Amino acid sequence: MQLIIESLFNSVAIGSVLLIAALGLAIVFGLMGVINLAHGELMMVGAYSTYVIQLIFKLPILKPFYDIYVLVAIVVAFIVSGVVGILLERTVIRRLYGSPLETLLATWGVSLILQQFVRSVPLAYATGFVVTIFISLLFSTFTPKKLFQGSRGKLIKAGALSTSAVAGVLTAGLLASLVSKLSRASARNVDVTAPAWMRGGIDLFGMTFPKTRLLIIFITIISVIAVSFFLNKSVWGVRIRAVTQNREMSECLGISTENVDLITFGIGSGLAGIAGVAVSLLGSVGPNVGVNYIVGCFMVVVLGGVGNLLGTVIASFSIGLLTDIIGSGRLLTIWPNMPHQLASTVDFFSTTSMARVMVFALIVAFLQYRPAGLFPQKGRMMES
Amino acid sequence: MNLSRKIFTGIATAAMATTVTACGGSDSSGNFDDSVTVGILHSLSGTMAISESTLVDTEKMAIEEINASGGVFVDGKFHKIEYIVEDGASDWPTFAEKSKKLIDQDKVPVVFGGWTSASRKAMLPVYESKDAFLYYPIQYEAQECSNNIFYTGATPNQQSEPATEFMFKRSPAAGKPFFLVGSDYVFPRTSNTITKAQVKALGGKVVGEDYLPLGNTEVAPIISKIKVALPSGGIIINTLNGDQNVAFFKQIQDAGITPSNGYYVMNYSIAEEEISTIGPEFLEGHYGAWNYMMSIDSVASKKFAARFKKRWGADRVVADPQESAYNMVYLWKQAVEKAGTFDDNAVREALVGEKFDAPQGPVEVMPNHHLSQTVRIGQINSEGGFTILEETGVVLPQAWNQKHPSSKGYACDWTDASKGEKYKL
Amino acid sequence: MNNSHTLKGRLSLFIWIVIIAALVSAPSILPVFRLNLLGRYLSLAIVALGVDLIWGFTGLLSLGQGIFFALGGYCAAMYLQLNSSGDFPNGIPEFFGLYGVNKLPFFWEPFHSSLFTIIAIWLIPAAVAALLGFLVFRNRIKGVYFSILTQAALLVFFNFFNGQQKLINGTNGLKTDVTFLFGQLVGSESVQRWFFWVTALLVIFAWCFSKWVVRGLFGNVLIGIRDDEPRIRFTGYNPTLFKTIIFAIAGGLAGISGALYTVQSGIVSPQFMTVPFSIEMVIWVAVGGRGTLLGAIIGAVCINYAKSLISEALPASWMFIQGGLFILVVTALPEGVLGWIQGNGPRNLLSRLGISRYSTTYPKVEIDQTQEIEL
Repeated sequence: MQLIIESLFNSVAIGSVLLIAALGLAIVFGLMGVINLAHGELMMVGAYSTYVIQLIFKLPILKPFYDIYVLVAIVVAFIVSGVVGILLERTVIRRLYGSPLETLLATWGVSLILQQFVRSVPLAYATGFVVTIFISLLFSTFTPKKLFQGSRGKLIKAGALSTSAVAGVLTAGLLASLVSKLSRASARNVDVTAPAWMRGGIDLFGMTFPKTRLLIIFITIISVIAVSFFLNKSVWGVRIRAVTQNREMSECLGISTENVDLITFGIGSGLAGIAGVAVSLLGSVGPNVGVNYIVGCFMVVVLGGVGNLLGTVIASFSIGLLTDIIGSGRLLTIWPNMPHQLASTVDFFSTTSMARVMVFALIVAFLQYRPAGLFPQKGRMMES
Repeated sequence: MNLSRKIFTGIATAAMATTVTACGGSDSSGNFDDSVTVGILHSLSGTMAISESTLVDTEKMAIEEINASGGVFVDGKFHKIEYIVEDGASDWPTFAEKSKKLIDQDKVPVVFGGWTSASRKAMLPVYESKDAFLYYPIQYEAQECSNNIFYTGATPNQQSEPATEFMFKRSPAAGKPFFLVGSDYVFPRTSNTITKAQVKALGGKVVGEDYLPLGNTEVAPIISKIKVALPSGGIIINTLNGDQNVAFFKQIQDAGITPSNGYYVMNYSIAEEEISTIGPEFLEGHYGAWNYMMSIDSVASKKFAARFKKRWGADRVVADPQESAYNMVYLWKQAVEKAGTFDDNAVREALVGEKFDAPQGPVEVMPNHHLSQTVRIGQINSEGGFTILEETGVVLPQAWNQKHPSSKGYACDWTDASKGEKYKL
Repeated sequence: MNNSHTLKGRLSLFIWIVIIAALVSAPSILPVFRLNLLGRYLSLAIVALGVDLIWGFTGLLSLGQGIFFALGGYCAAMYLQLNSSGDFPNGIPEFFGLYGVNKLPFFWEPFHSSLFTIIAIWLIPAAVAALLGFLVFRNRIKGVYFSILTQAALLVFFNFFNGQQKLINGTNGLKTDVTFLFGQLVGSESVQRWFFWVTALLVIFAWCFSKWVVRGLFGNVLIGIRDDEPRIRFTGYNPTLFKTIIFAIAGGLAGISGALYTVQSGIVSPQFMTVPFSIEMVIWVAVGGRGTLLGAIIGAVCINYAKSLISEALPASWMFIQGGLFILVVTALPEGVLGWIQGNGPRNLLSRLGISRYSTTYPKVEIDQTQEIEL
């Protein structure tokens, strides 16, 4: 019994990390058909945001609130990765709709640039840069369109841009002067430490459940519920689904497909940011943090069936379960008197590296049987 | 007002910091008659950049120090040391390629470089086929003894063997079973083979071992294996690499694998630099074994740390690999001056028997191209340093391990033509 | 022959003259180190030709060519290792001793034979590619799904080779520099020079072969698959077969390329199967010009040369440049450099600058007329 609970918990723990990482990808890939190889780097951006927030909360003024910095970081990471994603959509991806292979190559280029960016630009400046873009985005969204028209329009536009630039420079300067760690560029991995109340484990049924894992599972559940609520119940969700199903018709009905693209991509990227927070609690934060997850995320989405949230959920937990059962050699504990030949095979695969080989091989084999994943999309979309 | 001034200074210092790093600090001071260019080959990009960049910093510092004190005196002339830094890009074939470039194109007399064993193994044939010379500063698994490589890091009998013995006999977990965890590459695998043989000889038990592929940080399956294999505490020997350690220690603490529950981890690749990255709160109470620890209470050690902080920033730390890198530059300088030429073969001969007062204490180059060094066992404290518990005398290096089944009874001696790379004792 | 056609013909002829002149003169001009680099980049041109065949002509973007590249490299390295391990304990390569292996794993055995190795270098990668391709194409998995699956397959192979120390020396890979071929040290200058000539010849041979493959009906079907696969299927062709064959050919080319690259760089390791390396192969073709074959060769050699020069001068900037290159090529220069030159790129640029003499209003009519006359 204890064995089953432990195995289940581990599977859910591994699966929830995969799920939160793949959730944004499932939206971007499933609803927009965009292959974003920079998704891992958007996670990295989220992880670095957590690090910056953690350092800010170590300042004397905010010290009393240090215990809740992770919660703040989730919101900030969502916004920061979302902003970077929106920037990416506006500058690169928008030009490449309809040609997924080209998008794939271009986003790979973006991921290389982002990786090198965090290595060679001090984080304080990077923060300032994000603040600039964020504020100018706010301006362009919330200022009435009328103000930008007419003879004064250009002036107002310039004013808005320079205001955001100044805000960015001020933020960068402030951060660089207050937190010395942020004022220098570094290729080194950095460390995110959970506040004391989140470390350690909860003892239950004679087992220890790590608190960070529980938190990640919790974050994942909330995110999945929020996303499905957003897609199914909100106005924008309806619009997004409408555009996915028939772009031309939606446009005819007055939906701004441009804004829909922007919002879909922004939310997908923001979710990558949240995944970044989760990942930063488990390991170290560095330029390569995203690379380790990206292929796994794609496998989750493909296995689950593109454009299907439930499929993504089931796929990540099945991969989690397989990884745990194969990787920790649990079969040998469950069935100690296994025939020798079989036992040595199980033993051969019961290391983390070989478990990975096995899991991927199983996925590829499964796709032989169900090429479109667990929950294939129905209708004529498949041929495209 | 105060704030804006602060902001301005913030921007200014950041800008200054960038310019300083950009110029690389090869400022010319003093009068030199000539110059000599050496090669520095470490990863400046990719996963290993984190660790290897600290070595580049240290080697540059050593070169600057030598230049500041007059350079290398050879053939009646004072030579200024110049350097070419090449990027191995954490990619083993690139290390071989850049080595060829430094030797053939830049014609450097010596290359200081490498970190991972895989990168050294990739470079070795290049240096052997071109009869050039590589100085390699990292503790490693030994089982190698090249006439063209000079190793200033520890061999297993200068690090893991005393550490295993300490854990089994004198640590709070003495007598308990062992579990071995490592990254999946040659150093952890070989090191663990040696440890298994040693534990067996000591009368202990190894109840499990597992390896994590490089770059993978999913440690959950390993943790469940440890809990099954060591239900009531024990000794964990850890040879994980770089950032995998962060994931490992964060998650074992959460899973209740802590010193207070009777689990003690002995680490072979966690030094001060890594402690500050992982966070001392995760490591406190676990152990490490090195030749150099920043907490050594000697004048040489304190000076070394102070100079490094002055050169590269007050928040920086020094650790064993950096100390080895520092020693090797000085040892090369001494050997060149003794030989009176930059010629590889003469320097190689002059090098053996060369002594240096290193930050760790005296070291000496042995005929097998390794150093005799002191071994220290430390417990990680809450300040992010080691509390030194034990210190051996000077230990002679064994290029061929005496506990490993394939090399038992062999040794290496390059000063005697009849012995060479591997001879039977 | 119309105007633009002769122009194109002259251009390719010109490029070929430059290439052959460069190849012939390289050994006497370049220092050994650079010559060795050139030889390695030329061997990469062969894998790029394969990528061009499957991506440029057939529209299959494989992100897993590194598998076949590395397999070819491993075949060559295993032969060389066995060929020179007579003096080691048990007569097996030295590294086995580190892991306490006394008996040669079974799959090493055939590599004692040089004939087997020469065949294996291209046949094994081609067979693996054919199998992988058949499984994927049979299910009509295509487009980005194919790309993702090839990437996943790459990861499977990488993890396997990386994790199997006892079988294939894991992360360390196999070294060839201090092994012997026909009694000669592989790392020595004369042998390396010899490899350079072999590589140069094989590149030309591979180009001719690729040119032959894309000619005629077979090539037309491939292009048809790229442009409209359902229509090809309705016409009565079986795309699965064609795709499998071309994927296997590309795999075989990758294997040859990997073997040549290995003996010239002195090591084969799982690093050849990392995700970035395989994506880089695609970008060589994209920059050179996909669907042009010659562009693949130029792209592979030039980008790699630029990479080694730039990363020597400014190590940190290469990632920025490479990333920028990806974005630039895809958004601004989708036909690649050669495609741009052969197309109307320069003329458009000139006319945009106001220099061009050509009328851009009705060029099509003129061309069509001449073609009809010629027919």
